[in-house]
Amino acid sequence: MKIGVLVKNVPDTETKIRLTADKQGIETQGVKYVMNTYDEFAVEEALKIRERLQDGTTVTAITLGPERVVETLRTALAMGADEAIHVDDPAFEGGDSLTNARIIARVVEPMGLDLILGGKQGIDYDAAQTCSALAEALGTAQALIAVELKWSEDNQSLEVRRRIEGGDEIVHVKLPAVISCEKGLNEPRYASLPGIMKAKKKEIKKVDLTGVGLDSAEVGASGSATRVVGYSPLSERPECRILEGEPVEIVKELVRALREDAKVL
Amino acid sequence: MNKFAMSGRRIAHIRGEKMSAYFDLSEEERLIQQTARDFADSEVAPMAAENDANGQFPRGLVEKLAKLGFMGMLIPEQYGGSNAGNFALVLALEEINRACASTGVTMSVHNSLASSPIVGFANEETKKKYLPKMAKGELLGAYALSEASAGSDAASLQARAVKDGNEYVLNGTKSWITSGAEADLFVVMLRTDPSERAKGISAFAVERDTNGFSVGKKENKLGLRASSTVQLIFEDARVPAENMLGSEGEGFKIAMWTLDGGRIGIGTQAVGIAQACLDASVSYAKEREQFGKLIGEFQAIQWKIADMAMNIEAARLMIYRAARLRDRKEPHTKEAAMAKLFASEMANRAAREAVQIYGGAGYLKDSSVERYFRDVRITEIYEGTSEIHRIVISRFLLKN
Ligand SMILES: Cc1cc2nc3c(=O)[nH]c(=O)nc-3n(C[C@H](O)[C@H](O)[C@H](O)COP(=O)(O)OP(=O)(O)OC[C@H]3O[C@@H](n4cnc5c(N)ncnc54)[C@H](O)[C@@H]3O)c2cc1C
Repeated sequence: MKIGVLVKNVPDTETKIRLTADKQGIETQGVKYVMNTYDEFAVEEALKIRERLQDGTTVTAITLGPERVVETLRTALAMGADEAIHVDDPAFEGGDSLTNARIIARVVEPMGLDLILGGKQGIDYDAAQTCSALAEALGTAQALIAVELKWSEDNQSLEVRRRIEGGDEIVHVKLPAVISCEKGLNEPRYASLPGIMKAKKKEIKKVDLTGVGLDSAEVGASGSATRVVGYSPLSERPECRILEGEPVEIVKELVRALREDAKVL
Repeated sequence: MNKFAMSGRRIAHIRGEKMSAYFDLSEEERLIQQTARDFADSEVAPMAAENDANGQFPRGLVEKLAKLGFMGMLIPEQYGGSNAGNFALVLALEEINRACASTGVTMSVHNSLASSPIVGFANEETKKKYLPKMAKGELLGAYALSEASAGSDAASLQARAVKDGNEYVLNGTKSWITSGAEADLFVVMLRTDPSERAKGISAFAVERDTNGFSVGKKENKLGLRASSTVQLIFEDARVPAENMLGSEGEGFKIAMWTLDGGRIGIGTQAVGIAQACLDASVSYAKEREQFGKLIGEFQAIQWKIADMAMNIEAARLMIYRAARLRDRKEPHTKEAAMAKLFASEMANRAAREAVQIYGGAGYLKDSSVERYFRDVRITEIYEGTSEIHRIVISRFLLKN
């Protein structure tokens, strides 16, 4: 089986996000980037499939973005991916999910992948569109927010347990397919030292605008159907009050506060 | 964007970003650091207080560390190690020690004091026999130089090894041996020639189940309570001659060369504990209020925190430099001594200030700083006391 894994380099959740002065983007200075959490589940699942099949299955990590994202490809290689592809061109800058999915589709089309795994969403912009848009562009099946994969005997189809509001949905999917991964699917492994040392020696393949065979007007900001107009931070949460004293008094005060201050009773 | 409570794994510290900014780390060094950090936060730290309270040696953690390759960092690839080197070891050790100093010393001793002299001085058969298992964590290593009456003056050690055919017969007692209660393989320095001092010492790799070898009393300690410290007793224990490291009379030199590496690890331990003290202090200063203000708004507290951060940074750079020198096989005895000495003393001050910042809460077992304060004390004592390191450093400056 040939498996592709989409990985994204996103700001670490511990990083304080600040907007740029024009509110058109986030301040990248001093931001620490890591592999998108949900993509870790995707990499792990791909490695588990390869380990189970033991038939020369390959796992290729793919990312689109500027130079810094190479680190996330290294992480995927260090976890155990066989190959890595870095899709990068100045023309790609500012593209929306759909445009980026089209670019990735061009990259993966000639690879003849049986399965493409990705995270259910990027924890940076939370769009959760790339996987479905990619499946659409490729004309393959898609199953999103997967928490369990059950393979058929011939490994040509699988049952995907999807987490939906209030429960799970089980869908039967035929390969080729794009599946987006949710927490609970597996426990991602650490990049081990031998893995890290081996990853260092692996070559990362570069694909640019010419490589994907698209026109610069079809990609990046100019090729996008949507455009971010601005960002605004959440308003600060009102201050939290902690009531102290004897329980009897606390309850009295709480009821009073709920009635008079918060006016919810 | 705080979705991260989710996997618990990527509780990365922004600190790492600053660290790589001031000291160039390669891509794979950053990955090693990141793996160690994630592992320390999610697997080591949560168990640290409990292990300390129970005096429980974290053997399970050692197996996990080995799975990640952290027990074979100085072992060449052909013997199953990752050969990541001293610098990478230091990056990993800081993170592990930040979470738990007992786990940290276990990892440090195994890599630097046990596997490293075997890599450097054992014959091919011995390497093949032990190193792959050490890299896998199946054999845990320990290092035995000290004796009850030979501490700082290690060259005065008395335990004997007497040649008998193809074997050596071992007699005597070693004291203070880290990991001794659990270790499977010991690098032991023994006297082969009583007419000489340092030159009469030889080094051996000794297996735990050697007849005539036993582990004595487990010490009850101030800190590092989850790491065992024991006596080793040799009563006509027989070891094959091929288990000698180097040749007869080279043991002391091997022991000192080994300690140069180990000291970088102990300095790193100090940096790790100090970083934990700083992290705890910063978060407490931002949450504890007195006189209607956060205590972090008092200049007295700000200065303590600034000093802590500054000293940690200086120590870390000294450690990095010593580790780089060792990896490049350049002279580093003085640099390792300076780094260990500076780091251990600054870390003890940091732990003292962390307890101070916590006030009464810092004196309670419930606080992590209480453990840091106890654990950090040993860094000024083992692998050469502060006094001995000052002697080592001044010797370099004053000779001729
Ligand atoms: C928890 C723990 C773990 C240990 N693990 C190991 C281990 O795994 N393997 C191992 O071999 N050893 C180990 N040790 C032993 C440790 O290395 C020694 O305790 C240390 O070297 C000091 O020796 P000592 O305790 O005999 O002190 P002493 O040498 O008796 O020193 C007492 C005091 O005198 C000072 N002093 C001594 N000589 C001089 C001098 N010439 N000039 C000025 N001051 C001097 C010392 O600095 C110290 O302050 C461990 C010890 C402890 C406590």
